[in-house]
Amino acid sequence: MRHTLVARVFDEPGVLNRVASLFRRRAFNIESLTVGQSEAKDYSRMTVVVDTARVPARLVEESLRKLVPVAEVRDVTDLPTVDRDLALIRVRCVPADRAEVAQLADIFRGRIVDVAPESVIVEVTGDGAKVDGLVDLLRPRGILEMVRTGKVAMLRGVTPAA
Amino acid sequence: MNERESRGRSLTGARIVWECLLRENVDVVFGYPGGCLLPIYDVMEEYPIHHVLVRHEQGAAHMADGYARASGKVGVAFATSGPGATNLTTGIANAMLDSVPVVFITGQVASHLIGSDAFQETDVTGITLPITKHNRLVMRAEDIAPALREAFAIARHGRPGPVLVDICKDAQQKEAIFEWRDVPDYPSLRPRPGVSTADLERAADLIRSAERPVILAGHGVIKSGATRALVAFAERTGTPVASTLLGLGGFPASHPLSLGMMGMHGEAYVNQAIQNADLLLAFGMRFDDRVTGNLKSYAPRARKVHVEIDAAEIGKNVAVDVALVGDLRVVLEALSPLVSEKRHVEWLRRIDAGRADTKGRDILHQEDDGNLYAAHVLHDLWEATKGEAIVVTDVGQHQMWEAQYYAHETPRSLITSGGLGTMGFALPAAIGAKFARPEAEVWVVVGDGGFQMTQAELATIQQEGIAINIAIINNGFLGMVRQWQEFFYEKRYAQTPMLSPDFVKLADAYGMTAHRVTRRRDVIPVVRAARKSGAAVLIDFRVVQEEAVFPMVPAGAALDAMIRRPVLQDEEAVA
Ligand SMILES: Cc1ncc(C[n+]2csc(CCOP(=O)(O)OP(=O)(O)O)c2C)c(N)n1
Repeated sequence: MRHTLVARVFDEPGVLNRVASLFRRRAFNIESLTVGQSEAKDYSRMTVVVDTARVPARLVEESLRKLVPVAEVRDVTDLPTVDRDLALIRVRCVPADRAEVAQLADIFRGRIVDVAPESVIVEVTGDGAKVDGLVDLLRPRGILEMVRTGKVAMLRGVTPAA
Repeated sequence: MNERESRGRSLTGARIVWECLLRENVDVVFGYPGGCLLPIYDVMEEYPIHHVLVRHEQGAAHMADGYARASGKVGVAFATSGPGATNLTTGIANAMLDSVPVVFITGQVASHLIGSDAFQETDVTGITLPITKHNRLVMRAEDIAPALREAFAIARHGRPGPVLVDICKDAQQKEAIFEWRDVPDYPSLRPRPGVSTADLERAADLIRSAERPVILAGHGVIKSGATRALVAFAERTGTPVASTLLGLGGFPASHPLSLGMMGMHGEAYVNQAIQNADLLLAFGMRFDDRVTGNLKSYAPRARKVHVEIDAAEIGKNVAVDVALVGDLRVVLEALSPLVSEKRHVEWLRRIDAGRADTKGRDILHQEDDGNLYAAHVLHDLWEATKGEAIVVTDVGQHQMWEAQYYAHETPRSLITSGGLGTMGFALPAAIGAKFARPEAEVWVVVGDGGFQMTQAELATIQQEGIAINIAIINNGFLGMVRQWQEFFYEKRYAQTPMLSPDFVKLADAYGMTAHRVTRRRDVIPVVRAARKSGAAVLIDFRVVQEEAVFPMVPAGAALDAMIRRPVLQDEEAVA
């Protein structure tokens, strides 16, 4: 099973290293880890997706909490959240097929953001399943390169997340 | 320099380090100088803190560790950049695994050289990241005081542990205004919320309905100062107490409810009691593989209540029915009033029946056949010291015999490397313990192998003029490894027979009194003489070479699948 943890961490040197080291040392299996700015100047925000087949999510959560720069951790797996993953996909595409690719992308609220003679870059943002859907449809055309940010998550409603 | 003078004044980073140590009530530091620590050493004489010059930085780490374990205070060790810091690492890992509060201060190359592979530059915060609770690189003089303040707070907080502060040389040289502010409000350092009444009630229910309960007492009993609370709780509920290696001393060995040590080399009846129990009360212990044996068959009929300060230990190895996360003493004091007086006569009788069988196999009942048995040495050491010494053990067979035959009545009277199992720990750790409790009688119990790992610290003992007694249990082998080879590798003794120097002459070279003992009848007189001497004494006990520690649960086997010593004689004869 996959769990999504959201953490607020002090923005200080080495904090990402500490989190990564913890996961490696405890053999926790990370599916994705994103880190970036938060609303507060001194804090960064992490979203970690872990595979909990081997270790219960609660252990991952408590282990994170022990790191000094980790201010808050919350398991949001079973809570209503807005989840987003962004992908850039370079797909093989001759000029004659551009319209079709653009249409496909459009269905997923994606779009073509760069054009080359033999390929285009498609950008798509959405929850993981949606991005997976577009990737699956584009694959037969030949995906030349792809980058995904991994999941970021925020609680819906008025509760400030994590 | 008194507080009023130094606060708010501009001081060099080096002086700020000492000002901070004074304010943390540090009275001794263990260290070794080098280029990147010179500014700190240069002003040392101005401050009333004693510095112990070690012979290897690993020794400094273990001394600070031994000091912390013996005193309950935070230990402090210094090392210079590069090789000085890397030499500390074994000791840091040792403190981490046994949750010992130590602050390590290392010198680092000047801040503008960081990342340039400068002479003696190593990424010390990188290297020690997984073996410290926290660490920090300090590049500016003004960051030293906050970093040290925080380091002591983190080392002590919750489940204690080592913290390292790596200070650039230029930060030691430059000046900053010395301020002594509170540690920032880290959520991870806030006190945990107390345990809920509902959880306490659930635990109390399990305790009320249990018929075959056993308390598993760990290092947490000692760390939280919970001995009195534990004795009261055990007596009230009539529950027998088994101890982990690091828990020994946390519950008096002579107490009628004391079972002794559990686990790989625990007594058979203790492990059997755990396997037969219907309730395990795990107090400040972490279900290490050395105490549980195979988890699949561990205490199959028992409900489990886990009282533990570290929430990340709950459910890590063993699933539990009730978890009470908090300081053990506080939790026990809250739990005690909820449970009623109880006696488990039948259960205790059943456990005792197992004890009788153990007696028949006990090497203590072996007649004096002219050979010197290590177990006899430990037993006689206990007798001659009236069980009142602080015993600091190394790692190996002698460590287990000590745990089995030296009965500990008080907390912090046994100091040993449990989690990391670090050979070479005992001698330096004992030096630290002696500094923590100068009035105490301190004995090192160490194998011939482990002694040679850190024997250089004999010179430290002499330079400091401290009275520590050293018992080398000399079997001519890396004994514990030899035992595994005997049991599991068909006696192929690959690289375990070991040549040692003449330890008596070695001690003599250091100007230390030494004796060699080869017969049992000499053990007690020689120990008594050492106790009286008032100076450091080394005793080379030449023990039987191929003895094994019994019983033994092979690694990965069920806790009750023990290899036991063959019955020595007719059971009737010893009963
Ligand atoms: C630093 C280190 N290296 C290796 C080991 C593995 N080891 C565990 S016990 C042991 C033998 C110890 O021999 P000795 O010190 O003579 O004590 P004895 O077992 O004979 O009492 C060894 C090599 C260890 N625990 N620590």
